[in-house]
Amino acid sequence: MARRAKRNVAIVATGQTDHRSKRPDVNIVEMINEAVRRCLADAQMTIEEIDAVVIGNMEHFEGIFFTEMWSVDGTGSFLKHGMKVTTGGTTGTSLALAGYYHVASGLFDTVMTIGWEKQSEGETTAGLIFQADPLWERATMSGAIGSFAASATAYMHKYGITEEQAAKVAVKNRKNAFNNPHAHLRMELTVEQVLQSKMLAYPIKMLDMCPTSDGACAMIFASEDKAKKIYQNPAWVVAGVTRHDQPFGGDLEMVMNLRTLRSATEEAYQIAGIKEPLRDLDVAELYEPCTFAELSWYEAAGFCGPGEGGKLMDSGATHMDGELPVNPSGGVLSTNCIGATAMIRVAEAAIQVMGKGGKRQVPNVNRALATGFGGSWWSDVMILSRTP
Amino acid sequence: MTERVGIVGVYQTKYEPRKIFDSYPELVFEVSSKVLEENGLTIADMDQVVTNSQDFWDGRTISNRTVSEACGSVLRAESKVAMDGSFAVFYAAMRILSGCYDSCLLVSHCKMSEGSPHLINNAMFDPLYQRILGFDELSTCAMQAKRYLHKYGLTEEQCALVSIKNLHNGKKNPYAHRGREISLGQVMSSRMLANPIKELDAYPPTDGACAMILANEEKTKQWSSTPVWITGMASRLDSFYLGDRDLGEAASLELAAKKAYSMAGISNPRKEIDLVELSEFYSYQELLWLEAMGFCQRGEAGKMTEQGITALAGELPVNPSGGVLSGNPVTVAGAIRVAEAALQLMGRAGDHQVEGAKRALAQGHCGPCGQAQCVLILERGK
Repeated sequence: MARRAKRNVAIVATGQTDHRSKRPDVNIVEMINEAVRRCLADAQMTIEEIDAVVIGNMEHFEGIFFTEMWSVDGTGSFLKHGMKVTTGGTTGTSLALAGYYHVASGLFDTVMTIGWEKQSEGETTAGLIFQADPLWERATMSGAIGSFAASATAYMHKYGITEEQAAKVAVKNRKNAFNNPHAHLRMELTVEQVLQSKMLAYPIKMLDMCPTSDGACAMIFASEDKAKKIYQNPAWVVAGVTRHDQPFGGDLEMVMNLRTLRSATEEAYQIAGIKEPLRDLDVAELYEPCTFAELSWYEAAGFCGPGEGGKLMDSGATHMDGELPVNPSGGVLSTNCIGATAMIRVAEAAIQVMGKGGKRQVPNVNRALATGFGGSWWSDVMILSRTP
Repeated sequence: MTERVGIVGVYQTKYEPRKIFDSYPELVFEVSSKVLEENGLTIADMDQVVTNSQDFWDGRTISNRTVSEACGSVLRAESKVAMDGSFAVFYAAMRILSGCYDSCLLVSHCKMSEGSPHLINNAMFDPLYQRILGFDELSTCAMQAKRYLHKYGLTEEQCALVSIKNLHNGKKNPYAHRGREISLGQVMSSRMLANPIKELDAYPPTDGACAMILANEEKTKQWSSTPVWITGMASRLDSFYLGDRDLGEAASLELAAKKAYSMAGISNPRKEIDLVELSEFYSYQELLWLEAMGFCQRGEAGKMTEQGITALAGELPVNPSGGVLSGNPVTVAGAIRVAEAALQLMGRAGDHQVEGAKRALAQGHCGPCGQAQCVLILERGK
């Protein structure tokens, strides 16, 4: 059971690259540096004012051991406290949580967290297959798509969810992405186009799945004293919860009915005093690797009852003008630079709370939810608020 | 530090060259369950788990995903530090200081026997300009050794004395991978690996795991009658490219040690610290690290070793456990240093106990030539 930290911690700035499928114009360190400079510019700070840097990515994707070492020139962690935390898909939220713990410990006042991935310089599916047990699982492991396909089928069968309902998620999120200058995929789609896109593994079609992106995201966490001097309306971290799990090949039920997300959100809501998430939250940035996952995880996050994810989508409640806009940024379906992906959820939630969302800003955001998904069906949850 | 984090208990596997009968989840399970059992606790008493491993060494993407059941993190909070184990201890302590958690099970593992040290360590260098040169940990550390010995006029014989001392100490440590009496002649005539590093100047590749229970002040006092407190901890990163550094110095270690001393209220480390557990992957590193941490003047660490000051019975015992030269499951190295320092302060170090030890320093590093350095100060508690 986690508790609220002893000291108030706020997110005061964010910086993202303009995410693309390939960034041949920069190497990894330069790409990281782009996000770092944008983050410092957002905070109107210099790197000298940063006490510590926490970084992470998926090492096997680019084949770089100790990336926190090589990237020193880009991250600005030279002669500072630096740390690497990696947890697969949840790396970005693990880093954001690490930023929170660093400041809350009282040891640091200003901490920069950096998540990144340059998927064009590696082979994602090969990297992902390496997570499977070499003796028992690797021969049948097919990266992310296969396992989502199997669990999406189980989800459709159990609750009567339709491919059309899932397709609506792709239409909504890729449309939202038009408002986000950093998003990789911005597409005006119809449900029909999603349904007719190339079948990858039933029921997941090309447009149901997230892309692979090159990009980086940086954030600055600050102590209460510093936070208000840096930005007058920072996003305060009011809850941070992690849940891990270890499912094996056949544990499909765990996947779609994501028990780690259910457990983590329940605890986070309790810490933050949220009773009815659909009503009490103003915006959510949900880590949705595929369309079916967003529907199912509405349920796990308590936005609706079990099996009602499709109906919630149909109702329009999660659209930009709905009761709880989900993924105004365009979500993971629009941008997926894996080590950064979960951190972008937190950064985008913070942008909404700070009122810096520009065209993607949801009006009057007091409380925002950000989730991270990855590892073996792990979940991280953070709740940000306009008041500490 | 205004608040203290306590070390309640530690548990180590026997360190061995090839643990062919145990997979790494089994090593993790062994140390996780034993450390809890020894301290009369269960996993339900732990608020969170911090794991420490490397995807590269495990040959697995998301290396911690395979140890969730083994370390008891199913449907619980866990995070992984992908650096040396000393940084994982730092992170676990920090998460407790945040007030979000009261306690933490920390577990670090590595099976070097299942990977290729050259290939893995080559992957930490710049992929475009440096890997092709064949750089690895050994070849770059040899350059560091050359620069350091040359700059301060130390000798290879002085480095050899470190190996003689540490392997002698290793004989007294039941967990050590190796320990034996060796002579100066044996070290000097051992096979040359990369000039000036010879086989007996280098660590042996090792398999093993180490677990630790950390807790806030209240829980530590409740759970332990021999608590050990972390009273200072700091880390620093140096520049990456070796040409950007003077390899005869260890700037990041110097800064980390100074910060840790100020947190612990130490002004004269040589007098105020009773023992040191440091990560000497190669014998020269013990000397360079001791100087950087201010235990003697620059270039004096060789003499200090000759005079027996760093011996088990000396004025400042360094690596009473036998250090990294007596066994090195590489990612785990720094966690072992903390665990061994804690055992000393608990009075549970057995044959290699330093009598009356009240305050210890543990050091860990990772990256090319000790780029990232971490220093922890531990104190015997009340």
